[in-house]
Parts: sequence; C-alpha cells; structure tokens
Amino acid sequence: MKLLKGLTLGAMASALLLPTAVVAQDKVELVIESWRADDLVIWQDTILPAFEAANPGIDVEFRPTPNTDYSTALSTKLQAGTAGDLIMVEPFDFRLQMYLDGDLANLTDLEGMENFSDTAKSAWSTDDRTEFFGVPLAAVLHGWIYNADIFEELGLSEPTTAAEFTALLEAVKEDGRYTPIAMGTSQDFVPGLLGFQLIGPNYWKGENGRAAVIDGSLSFDDPAFVDIWKELASWGPHLVQGYQGVSYPDMQNLFTLGTSAVYPAGSWEIPIFNSAVDGAFKMGAFIPPAVDANGECFFNDHMDMGIGMNANAKHPEEARKFLTWLTSEEFAKIWADAMPGFFPLSTHAVQTDDPLANTFASWREQCGSTPRISYQIISRGEPNLDAEINRVTALVMNGEMAPEEAAGVVQEGLASWYEPQQGN
Amino acid sequence: MPGSVSAPGKRRFPIHIVVFIAPGAVIYTLFLIYPLLDSLRIGFFGNETDGGGFVGFRNYALLLFDPDWSERFRGAFVNSLIFFFINVFVQTPVALMLAALLANKTRFSTFYRTAIFVPAVLSLVIVAFVWQLILSPVWGVSRDLMGLFGLAQFFQPWLGLQETALTTLALISVWQFLGIPMMLFYAALLSIPEELTEAARIDGASSWNVFWDIKFPLLLPIIGIVTLLTYIGNMSAFDVIFAVKGPLAGPNFSTDTLMTFFYRTFFGTGFQQPNPVMGGAVAGATFIILMAGVAAYFFLWQRRVRSYEL
Repeated sequence: MKLLKGLTLGAMASALLLPTAVVAQDKVELVIESWRADDLVIWQDTILPAFEAANPGIDVEFRPTPNTDYSTALSTKLQAGTAGDLIMVEPFDFRLQMYLDGDLANLTDLEGMENFSDTAKSAWSTDDRTEFFGVPLAAVLHGWIYNADIFEELGLSEPTTAAEFTALLEAVKEDGRYTPIAMGTSQDFVPGLLGFQLIGPNYWKGENGRAAVIDGSLSFDDPAFVDIWKELASWGPHLVQGYQGVSYPDMQNLFTLGTSAVYPAGSWEIPIFNSAVDGAFKMGAFIPPAVDANGECFFNDHMDMGIGMNANAKHPEEARKFLTWLTSEEFAKIWADAMPGFFPLSTHAVQTDDPLANTFASWREQCGSTPRISYQIISRGEPNLDAEINRVTALVMNGEMAPEEAAGVVQEGLASWYEPQQGN
Repeated sequence: MPGSVSAPGKRRFPIHIVVFIAPGAVIYTLFLIYPLLDSLRIGFFGNETDGGGFVGFRNYALLLFDPDWSERFRGAFVNSLIFFFINVFVQTPVALMLAALLANKTRFSTFYRTAIFVPAVLSLVIVAFVWQLILSPVWGVSRDLMGLFGLAQFFQPWLGLQETALTTLALISVWQFLGIPMMLFYAALLSIPEELTEAARIDGASSWNVFWDIKFPLLLPIIGIVTLLTYIGNMSAFDVIFAVKGPLAGPNFSTDTLMTFFYRTFFGTGFQQPNPVMGGAVAGATFIILMAGVAAYFFLWQRRVRSYEL
C-alpha cells in the first residue's frame, strides 16, 4: 500500500514538474555585465521586456557592478569563466587589450553592424579599424547648458564666438547677482573633462586635429593648444568663489539652484538637471562658441557605451541575436526615449521628446564632432596623457601654472614615450 | 609513586598546545603572512611585457632612480612624513593636555571625555564627508564662523589648494583620532599613585612642577608607544586622502602619500594600467620604511627611557 502510494505521488509530482522543466530547458538565459548601475531600472523595465517579447526563448538579465569596481570585477570574472555572455565595454583603449587577449569576441561580421558609421564603430575597433568588438550603444555630447531665465533677465543671448562668450561672462559678473560659470576645480577630472575637452575641439579643429596629434604632425605646445589653456585661465574670476575647493556635485547643485548663468555640461546631465530643476527655471543649451566668427565649429561627441560579447559565451547564437537587435531602429527609439542625454549611435534618425536633448543632438548637423582627444592610442604610456591633461588643466585654472608651461609639460610627457611625437 | 608521572623518558608530546595554537596560526599565516610575503615576492619579478622572470632589485632601482618613478615616490614619501609629523606634533601635545585637564575631576569631565572620543568611532567616510561640507566654500559654515570673529577674509578653500590640502587632511585625521592617545594618557595618569603627588605637594611643589617633574617622566614610555602607533598609522595613511581626494591625490599630487601611490600603481586608475610588479616594489619600500621607524624606536628610544616600578 505504502509503496503504491509513493509511486502515485511520484508520478503526480513528475507530471506536475515536467512541463516546467521543459520550458526551463528551452529558455536561454543571457547576462549583461555592466558598470551602469544607474540604468538598471530602465534596462529591466523598458529595454529588455521589448526584446524578450519578440524573442520568447531568451531571457536577458542586466547585472551591473559599481563603476569603480567594474574593471577589476570584469577581469576576475573573465578569468574564472563566470562572466556573462554580454559585456558592456567602455570606449577606445579601456577594453582594447581585453579583445587582443582573446576575452572578447570578434563582431566584425555581426548582422546589423552596417547601421553604424565608421566613426561610431572606431571606438571599439583595433587600431587599423579592420576588426570590431563592440556594438556602439550611446554617445555623450559636451556643451554649455544655460539658465534661460537669467539670460532673459539680463538681456543676454546665446554666444557664437569666444569673444561673445567672454562678453557674456563679463556682463553677468557686472550685474553681480549671479555667478557666471557654475564650476569648481576640486576634483581633477572636472577641469580636464568639462573644461579642456569641452572647448578644445574648436581650437584643434575636431577630428583633423585629433588625427594630427596621433600621427605626430600636431603637438601639444602648438599655439592652438596654448590658447585653450589661455581661455581656461581667463575663466578664474568668473567661477564660484573658492572654486578650488568646489566639487563636482557642488557645481551641479549651484546651477540647478539657479545661482549661475552657464554650466559646462555633458549630455548625461540632462536627465539629472531636468529632475533637479523641475521647472523652477527654463534651461537652454549652446554649443561651445567657435574661436572666431567665420571659423568652423566643432564639439565633443564622445562614444561612451558599447556592448561586446564574451569570447567564451555559453550561448553565442542567442547573444549575437540580442546584439543584432541592439542595431535595430526599434531599439534606437526605445533607448532615445528612455535615456535622454545618451544619444544612440546608429544611423537611424530618432528624435526624443526632450527639448534640451534635441538641442544637443541638432549640433551634429551644424558642426563637426570628435571624441575626447586623449582616449585613443596616445594615453597608453607613462606619464599618462589623460591624467596629465587633468592635472595641468587644474593648475592652470587655479592660476598656479602658466598656459605655455602647461603645454610644454604635456608635450614633453607625451614625447617621452610616444614615438610619432618625438622630434617635434 | 609520586615521581613516575614526570619521569624524563615518558613525557608526552604536549599536543594540546598545538591544538590551541593551530587555528590562530593557520588563519594568520594564510591571510596575513602569506599575502605579505607574496606581495614582497612579486616586487622582484618582471611584467608580462618583459618576460615576467626574476629581475632582482630592478623594480626597486626604477623606483629610486628612474626620473618618472622616483619623482612620484619621493613626493609620496615626503608627504607621508609631513602627514606623520603634523599628527605627532599636534595630536600628542593636545591629547596630553586634554588628558591632564580631564584627570583632575572637574564638572562635565565625563561628557568631554566622551565627546572628544566620539569621532574615533565614526566611520572615516562620514568624517571625510562632514569635513568636506564644513570646509566647502559654497555651503560650508567655516566662512560664517570665521566671520563672527572678523576673519572672513582669511577663508580659503583649503582642501583645494596645493599648499594647504595635505595639512588640512592631516588635521582632519588629528581631529578624528585625538581621543585614542588622550584615553591612553588619561589611563596612565590615573595609574600614578596619589602618594607621589601628595609627597611632592607637601615638599612645596606647584601643580606645574608636579606635572613636569613627577607625572611627565612617568608618562614617557606611553608617549613613546603613542608616537610609534602614530608612525605606523600615518606613514601608511590612505583612507582619509582617498575619501576626500580620490586615487589621484590632487591637486597636483600634493596629497599623494605612499599608500595612495601604491594604490594607483597596483590597481591602476583611469587609463593608467595596473602594474602589480611595481606595486609590489612600492609595498616593499613602504615596509622597509615602516620597519626602519619601528627599529629606531626600539633602539633609540625604548632602551633609554626609564620605566619606574610604581
């Protein structure tokens, strides 16, 4: 009796369990490794459900690590063989070595890669641009965000040349009620990234200048670069009082509280500012003003996020399917709506509902775009060019180093290990 | 037969001693001694790029004589020394003074003792955050507080200036850990027998004389210990600098200490790639510097200071 009962129960249990077991076998699970913990909700609730609805057999999980630990965590996981099949990759030299070491898969012939321009793909390619290892996800753009209410109150308009910009700063200072520029130099990356890389492209003429530095025909002690540091040095009196001790969150707060006229922004700040300002004042954006009236204009349009594939992926077919979906117009639309300020890199024309983000995006049609100058090839040695630019730019803005000296220091450091720059 | 148990040939191996020592010894060896020796070991090996074999003292030679490395290393060493000296010369006297004041039973002395000790139990991240706020040129209260005394024009963004950032950080560290030496001095002062001070008073000594001629000499050994602990704690200072200034220890490396230098070298930052072998060399050099200080303490100080049986 007992035995029979046991058998029946067993049969019932297996009958109940069987269908689920079959489903579980069919569903393939993909994991995305990422440093973008901020975006977890958007991936979980908006992006991934759209893919899973169209591909019922695939389950995708977004599994971020805190961004400061990403590098260490990722290489440990890859070594131990526990990394997810899909891996978010920072641009240029951050993850190139990982591809060359064979940890990331070659995606050159991935279906859908033709939806990206060569420039967009170049951030995740070998130096000769023949092999690609990342699907470009998004770019961030640099420009000035301004307080439109203050502009109206003081009768100011968007400047188009460096001279007009200086006049604008003087006018705000003259009035005395507002700080002209909400900026502080306490954290090293602020002067470098939000100062030097923001206004620089106009001086080094965008991609041409960047290529010229890489091939050695333009050096950092060229007057073009000295002029960048000269302009940055001239900002000193227009910054927040005690700006040497003002941190990045402080300067964001100073702007969103309505105390300052302009803010040296990256487009990633659009959603942050939208929610912090919450309609308290109107915001606008203008492109970094050209050096002179008839000069061409350039701005910093930086490839920021891509997705690659683990070379030892457990489900390479499904992973590639997901990556191909990331190249589609459908994805570009979802992304653009969900993440204003992170601009899709595919050639599909997509618009967002965010006026500030649309202003930033419109610059791509008017002016030449170029990524950050120190992110490819020329930051591979010691002293590190990117860190040096941050260091000396902070000194210049704090009035502790002359622009000419800064140019000399950076050039000397680069030439000490980078052959094409030797003999300049 | 009483003598049979302890007969020489029959003595059993004291297995219980091994049992008691083993857990501690195993854990300590596995998680402290082995990693320490291994990090010293990798300092003698080469990178993947140059073959990875044994290179002797090459990494140490680079650290001391290669212009790029030696400049940073020297800067970090000097900054660590400055950090230590500020701690010793501010923290120790102030802690001693406070302990002497608190040892006289006054009103609220328990409250002051607790209040001064509280920062030492706070998380460093909180301390760093609070001080950044206090000293912030934008929101901070320092400018207003100084204004009460008519000193507002002397306010500077101290944490952001090359000349003052390291001193400011050292003083924050002094503020946080002041309570610990104070408690050690306080306990030592309480342990000095009343008879000694009483006898001195009867002989006509003033409070000043009692402190400097009776109590202070008795405190010397503990002052030595406190200085040694300060040395070990501050030559390897890292957390407060990292929490406020990040791995680049700005502005312009003016707050770079041996440990932030080690962190940047070993783990890398931004585009700077991790360099474990040079990191191992920096760790080894730091170890030698710390050992030298401790040895100096034992040979130059502890042998000369007289301890009194009380």
